[in-house]
Amino acid sequence: MAGAPLVIGVGNPLRRDDGVGRAVARAIQETLSAIKVIEMDGEGAALLEAWTEADVVVVVDAVRSGATPGTVHRFEPPGDRLPHTLSSTSTHAFGLPDAVELGRALGQLPRRLIVYGIEGADFTAGEGLSAEVQTAVPEVAARVQAELQALP
Amino acid sequence: MRTRRTISVQALARVEGEGALHVRVVDGRVTEAKLKIYEPPRFFEAFLRGRSFTEAPDITARICGICPVAYQMSASQAMESVGGVTVEPRIRALRHLLYLGEWIESHTLHVYMLHAPDFLGYASIVEMAQDHPDVVRRALQLKKTGNDLMAVIGGREIHPVNVRVGGFYRAPSPADLAPFAERLRWARDAALETVRWVAGFTFPELERDYEFVALRHPDEYAILDGRLVSNRGLDITVREFEQEFVEEHRPYSNALHSHRRGRGAYLVGPLARYNLNFDRLSPVAQEAARAAGLGPVCGNPFRSIIVRAVELVHACDEALCLIAGYSPPDPAAATVPPGPGTGYGCTEAPRGILYHRYHLDTDGTILAAKIVPPTAQNQGIIEDDLREVVGASLELPDDRLTWRCEQAVRNYDPCISCATHFLTVDIQRDAGAGASTGGT
Repeated sequence: MAGAPLVIGVGNPLRRDDGVGRAVARAIQETLSAIKVIEMDGEGAALLEAWTEADVVVVVDAVRSGATPGTVHRFEPPGDRLPHTLSSTSTHAFGLPDAVELGRALGQLPRRLIVYGIEGADFTAGEGLSAEVQTAVPEVAARVQAELQALP
Repeated sequence: MRTRRTISVQALARVEGEGALHVRVVDGRVTEAKLKIYEPPRFFEAFLRGRSFTEAPDITARICGICPVAYQMSASQAMESVGGVTVEPRIRALRHLLYLGEWIESHTLHVYMLHAPDFLGYASIVEMAQDHPDVVRRALQLKKTGNDLMAVIGGREIHPVNVRVGGFYRAPSPADLAPFAERLRWARDAALETVRWVAGFTFPELERDYEFVALRHPDEYAILDGRLVSNRGLDITVREFEQEFVEEHRPYSNALHSHRRGRGAYLVGPLARYNLNFDRLSPVAQEAARAAGLGPVCGNPFRSIIVRAVELVHACDEALCLIAGYSPPDPAAATVPPGPGTGYGCTEAPRGILYHRYHLDTDGTILAAKIVPPTAQNQGIIEDDLREVVGASLELPDDRLTWRCEQAVRNYDPCISCATHFLTVDIQRDAGAGASTGGT
């Protein structure tokens, strides 16, 4: 399906704000039903595999960098290097930032990869997003939709 | 004047979960070696209480994203054992195949992505990929073969949804599995290549005299069932596990330590299986082991990476045989009565034996649960290895000695997320209702 864009929501919704990427993915799917949207836990090898199927990939994930909760970060590798504060609650040894670096080393990055990171506040066990993080969901969903619609 | 040296790694990389290690050397003697597991305890045994026996495979699968099938298989078989149910051979074969998918996925992850960088001097798989892109591509494809096999049988590769007590909700058709024959033939070749690749690494000298514990089956390289045996005369049924093995809490670790009663620490996992069951490996795996310079007995824990690769060959070969002989079970699950009684299950997770015990009420409600994962069982051995490794390598500068220690811990592919599933009675009593909210 090269050519069609792919949106990937990454995170663990049982770790509260870590699930924000998946909440954004669902919001995008609701308004743009034709776009391929998937949700993943952020395991690196699976991410690498998933984005071989698309030309343009947007990944949305939670970040814990110390910024104000709800802050939206945007990265576009390979120009931007992803901070290791992405997917911060994952205990997997190999996550999104590694997958991007590995994709770069193997020449396996999609033609265009856009990563949105949303600063989380609460990564403890449980469901539901913090209020300020929830507010960022429609904002990021709208920004991603605008980017996708502006694609040539 | 006393000389002191401390090797301390605050957050171990390339292990599953959160742990640290601490070794102290005073006057050239190792006085302390600790693997500290600080990932918080996860209370699974407590929140299984009150749930239905049919829920245990799905709940316990959540303990680990790397080896969920191991949990599902130990839990399902424990529940079936309550009523003396033995599933029919076609269901058992499908379980075996699903489990092999997990072995392929998990062993590939560990051999290539977590452990090989230690031997080649890279800090991570990402660094390794700069110099060895083809090796890393092979690893990704091999891992994917395992993941896809799990997905086609289990419904998805992480926390499969198609497994139930008694068998499966739906059996895949032969046409679903047919494409895997060619992929597994490729995978078997890739696994043989893996054995040759890792056999060429340089291994620190260390020969240890372990008590190995693994399942042994009359004619298979045991994964799903068998008797629990050791190289020191142990030969018991799974239900006798707790008569021989005990767990205890150590103040510095959130995972329970296991030992064999009256004996001490014991080793589970690939090295134990290999040493006890070499004669049950498929011929192609045995041949690969010999060609790699492994005898039927291996006591160097650093060579466990070769053993894992040999098990990869076996897993691919065995999966090919099972697919060739596949016939979908119908019905896909046996009928399993709810209880009452106590059930026991033990299977060979990629990292070693995983024991489950459940006490069920008449209606199948779980009254008590006990889960003993492989990493908890290996903690004592890991600490013993650290003492030996440091004691034998004191001439190394701190950075190289630290590297060697981390490499030694990763010989066991420790899964800290699994090891901290436990709940001690003390914690539950002290924290009262507060502690159990984690399960609601």
